[in-house]
Amino acid sequence: MVLWFWILAAGIVSFATKLAGYLVPARILGNPRMLRAAGALTVGLLTSLTVVTTVSSGSALVPDARLAAAAAAAVALWLRAPFLVVVAAGALAAAAARLAGLP
Amino acid sequence: MELLASPAVRVGLSVAVATGLYGISFGALSAASGLSLAQTAALSLLMFSGGSQFAFIGVVAGGGSGLSALSAAALLGLRNGVYGMQLNFLLRPRGWRKAAAAQLTIDESVATATAQSELPEAKRGFWTAGIGVFVLWNVFTLVGALLGGAVGDPRQWGLDGAAVAAFLGLLWPRLRSREAGAIAVACAVVTVVAVPLAPPGVPILCAAVVAAVLGLRRMPPRPAEAAADRRPGPQPGRDGGA
Repeated sequence: MVLWFWILAAGIVSFATKLAGYLVPARILGNPRMLRAAGALTVGLLTSLTVVTTVSSGSALVPDARLAAAAAAAVALWLRAPFLVVVAAGALAAAAARLAGLP
Repeated sequence: MELLASPAVRVGLSVAVATGLYGISFGALSAASGLSLAQTAALSLLMFSGGSQFAFIGVVAGGGSGLSALSAAALLGLRNGVYGMQLNFLLRPRGWRKAAAAQLTIDESVATATAQSELPEAKRGFWTAGIGVFVLWNVFTLVGALLGGAVGDPRQWGLDGAAVAAFLGLLWPRLRSREAGAIAVACAVVTVVAVPLAPPGVPILCAAVVAAVLGLRRMPPRPAEAAADRRPGPQPGRDGGA
């Protein structure tokens, strides 16, 4: 029962955090400076997400088969492959690297 | 299906499959951490943010208190607030759509939306990835919780590699300008430095702050201006007029 309380509370906190962002009036972000900052923010967040999913495991940097996935995806993107092919290349590379003995 | 002709919808669906399947590992791990089927399902339905969910059950499995489980999940979820601000500006949802969009605000839906260059595509991308991940994540959470460890580690099938490739694929088209490249390099360095020093989820916030500051201070020329800079031939004013 106690765990149920914390599960529901954590769910509410999660939703409230997301909703809080939507309650910031959009016009605050409407001027050109903020637009540029938002564009930079997108690049920064996508970069950080890519790096985190590639090399982190919890609070540790763990180089493993995911690096092969990133390399394969980069090659596919360089060759202008469609998105689905890029994703498949990443999965195949990671699976192959693990078969080959990488962690 | 006309919708399938939209590149953003196809990207959203690929992202949804790659991410949704990962729900298996959450369901299995949650059951192994001692949560009931209903509790596991409730986390995926209500919290719906993969990183926060893994953090929550990780603390519970480690014997931590409910409050510290909630705190870890909340800290990891802070970035969703930043995403919400950005999506609200981009998509301008109204009424109940605002609440629905908020619940669907996660890494994958934000990445799919912001990677599009046109607003209608951004909207299609957001809703496709958001609803797609929500449905598949919850279905596969149940599958994982029911089957437990029987399905094996999704990493063996390279699913974590699929996530890496998806995020890189969403970032790639944004790196055309030198300014964007510089911001990406700075944020990559900040992230790598922050990962061992800060709790999971926080490195992304650090990168967000660095990116926003760089975006506010250095003024990357807009595409039209950049094109004008590169235009060959005599400079205006040097040979013009009089």
